[in-house]
Order: sequence, then C-alpha cells, then structure tokens
Amino acid sequence: MIEVKNISKSFDGKQVLKDITATFHTGKINLIIGQSGSGKSVLLKSLVGLHKIDKGEIIYDKRPYSTLNFKQKKQIRREIGMVFQGGALFDSATVLENVMFPLEMFTKMSPAEKRDRAEFCIEKVHLENANKKYPSEISGGMQKRVAIARAIALNPKYLFCDEPNSGLDPKTSIIIDNLIKEITTEFNITTIVNTHDMNSVMEIGDNIIYIYQGNKWWEGNKSEIFKTENPELNNFVFASELYKKIKKTI
Amino acid sequence: MKSLFEIGRYFVFLTKVFARPEKGKMYFKRFFEEIYSLGINSLGIVTIISVFMGMVITLQTAYNLENPLIPEYLVGLTTRDSMILEFSSTIVGLILAGKVGSNIASEIGTMQVTEQIDALEIMGVNPASFLVMPKIFAFMFILPFLVIFSIFIGVTGGFIISATTNVISIQDYLYGIHYAFNEYYVTYTLIKSVFFAFIITSVSSYFGYYTKGGALEVGRASTKGVVYSSIFILLFNYILTQLLLT
Repeated sequence: MIEVKNISKSFDGKQVLKDITATFHTGKINLIIGQSGSGKSVLLKSLVGLHKIDKGEIIYDKRPYSTLNFKQKKQIRREIGMVFQGGALFDSATVLENVMFPLEMFTKMSPAEKRDRAEFCIEKVHLENANKKYPSEISGGMQKRVAIARAIALNPKYLFCDEPNSGLDPKTSIIIDNLIKEITTEFNITTIVNTHDMNSVMEIGDNIIYIYQGNKWWEGNKSEIFKTENPELNNFVFASELYKKIKKTI
Repeated sequence: MKSLFEIGRYFVFLTKVFARPEKGKMYFKRFFEEIYSLGINSLGIVTIISVFMGMVITLQTAYNLENPLIPEYLVGLTTRDSMILEFSSTIVGLILAGKVGSNIASEIGTMQVTEQIDALEIMGVNPASFLVMPKIFAFMFILPFLVIFSIFIGVTGGFIISATTNVISIQDYLYGIHYAFNEYYVTYTLIKSVFFAFIITSVSSYFGYYTKGGALEVGRASTKGVVYSSIFILLFNYILTQLLLT
C-alpha cells in the first residue's frame, strides 16, 4: 500500500500539485486520471522519486520515503517496476537483454537462471518470438509489453505505469490493460496507472483518482464514475458524444 | 552567472559519475564495449587524418627549406616531432572531439529525452555512473594507443612522400626521423592524450545528460559537447605545454 499525505510540488514558482492526499491499495489497480497538464504525470513521478516533493509525505508500506537514508531509498527503488509512456527500452539491447538487465544488475542468479526468469516474464506478456529483436524492430504495443516484462522481472511490490495505452490502437490497449490486471492480481502488486483513456477506466479502474488543476478533485471506482455529479469530472469523462449517449442511458 | 552554474553542475555531475559502481562486473563489460565503440571504431578516421598530415608536413617542410646550409634530413625530423608534439595528440583530439564527442552527447541526450535514464534511475541504478564512467575510462585507456598509432601512420605518410616524389631522399628522411629523438616528447604527448580523452568524454556526456526536450535539444547538446570539448582541449593543450615542456 502506498499512502500520500498532503504532497505539493511547484516548478519555477508555479504550483503543479496542491496538497494531495490519497491511498493506493495493494492487489488493486489504482488509476490517476485527468486532462493533459493537470499534474498527473508529476504526481506519478513524485511517487517514484523522480521529482522531489516540496511538502508532504509518501509512505511505502509504513516506510516514509522522505525519512529514509540513501540505502533504504535504493531498496525501495528496487521494489518498484515502472512502465514509461514511450517504453524507455534500451535501444542497443535486444528484447531479452532489456528484460535481463535488472536481473544482471541486482541479482546473484546464475546466467541460466537469469535467462529463465527473463523468458518467463517475456512469456507472461506473450512475446516469446521477439527475444532476439531490437526495440526498433518491434511495434509500439510490443514495446509496451516488453517494458511491462522488464518492470516485473525483479518481482516488484509496486508497479507504476505512465500512460501505458498512449499511441496504441483500442485492441492493443485492451491487451495491455488485461496484462496489467492479470499481473496485479497474480502477484498482489500495488499498481498505479496514469491514464486519460476512458476504456482503461472502464476495464481496470478499481480505485480512481481524478486530478484537476493540481488538486485531487474526486475519488471512487469505475461504477461510481458514471454516476458522479461532479461537473469537472463529468466534463472530462463525458467529453465525447459517445460517452454523452452512454451517460443518458445510465 | 550561467557559466558558473554550468561549471558547478559539471563538477556535481562528476561526483555522480565517479560514485561507487553498483555491480563492477557490468561496468567492466561496458568498459570493453566502449573501448571498441569509441576507440577501435575510430581507427579509420585516425588513419586517414594521420597519413595525410604526415604527407603534408613533409611536403611543406621540404618546400620551405630552401637554404642549402640546412640539411635535408631536418624534413624527417620536423615531420616526426610535429606528429609527436602536436598533430597526433591535439589535432587527432580535436577530430575525435567531433566524432566521439557528438556520438556520446547524442547517445546520452537521446536516452534522456526518451526516459531511458529515468528508467535506470527507477531501477536503482546510478545512470551517470553506469553510462559515463566506462566511457571515460575506456577512452582514457584507448586514446594513447590511437595517438601512438597516429604518430606511426603520420611518419609513414612522410615516408610515402619521400619514396614517391623527389622532394627528399629516402635516406635523408629515414636519418631525420631517427635523429636527436627525445623520448620525453612521447611521454608528453601521451599525458596530453589522457587529459584530452577525459575532456572529450566528460564534457560531451555532461551536455547529453542534462538535455531536456526533444530532437532539437539533442542536436544542440551534441553541438555544445563538440564546441566545449574543442575549446577545453585547446586550453589544456596550452596549460600542459607550459607545465610539461618549459
């Protein structure tokens, strides 16, 4: 479980996150949604420590991140898996090498064990035949799946996904969503997904936080979001004609 | 003020680069990969530059020595000493600042803008150290060998001129390149090359590492890496010459 208490973050005097408090539950998919520029990426990057917060506290399973020493922070980092928006795969390494990288860096496994573990993770994302390919030789959806395989290689306790569906077609997006769902429940991970894809909200949103202009504006789940009377959230969720029609039928 | 900020950040960057490695074995593997990528892959350009430099120095010296009292073998001596003292270290350094420096800055810059560096950091890897330290050590190791190679090729270039033209006889040229040889000049040029290797790799990596934005900024980082590496090579060439040769 990750708890966030009153965190704020500014860039060059402009406050991007304003006093956000939230809880992200273990074994569930926690979605952070919001319009582009609302601060959701900053929130996600603050949670993983890529941005230093100005105020507040982030607690990883009763371990307050800010009070930890360098070694303890590094330990938490090794419990984190992250899927970046663009995949962030290493261009000069093959799919197998990308997935093996965290194992090479942080485990004392034998080469055969590392290979087995990497191949297991690659099988989990259904990419058995892409082992020897380079990131430039595979599609965007496949790159996201490799990024997921790399993120789970070290058995993380926390999985962060920054817009995992951006740039993907609806069918591939569903595959990615299902994969995240499967991994979260199977390994009992605390998963936090940053998205503005409404299909993802409907498919995997166990716990949803809506960020509006840097504030936590709403919290609920995928069935509650369709019944909400919050005007800003309604404007965001029912922006398209299709969703407006769906709203009328509810 | 901006310059002071950059200098300060450069030294902070170096403290990150020279932090204790997470896994020595991985760094060692990368060290050998970088020797190949930065050093062995530069052999072609070093050969081309050096052979033509040797040929041109020989020709120019021979055409300018018109006084019959000056012995012809001085052409060989001039070619040898010019290659050792300046061309093989400084000019090759400047050329490699272009080739290797732009390569490093654009590689690290692209990794930064595509979040590959963030990915390393999230995993608990020190990206500055993991990416840059093997490059610095590998280039500091291999550049002196490239300089020795360049001297040999440059002197061979001069020999080709003596063998194929009549500006100087082969005997005079060979006598000249053996005449009054000072071993310390080689030590001096090797010391310079180690400094230049450090400058090229660390300065280019610095500009790549702090790239923000997209393709345009990667290009700018690459240009800055080359320009500043070249300026610092020339500056340190002067400082080291003052310290080591006077």
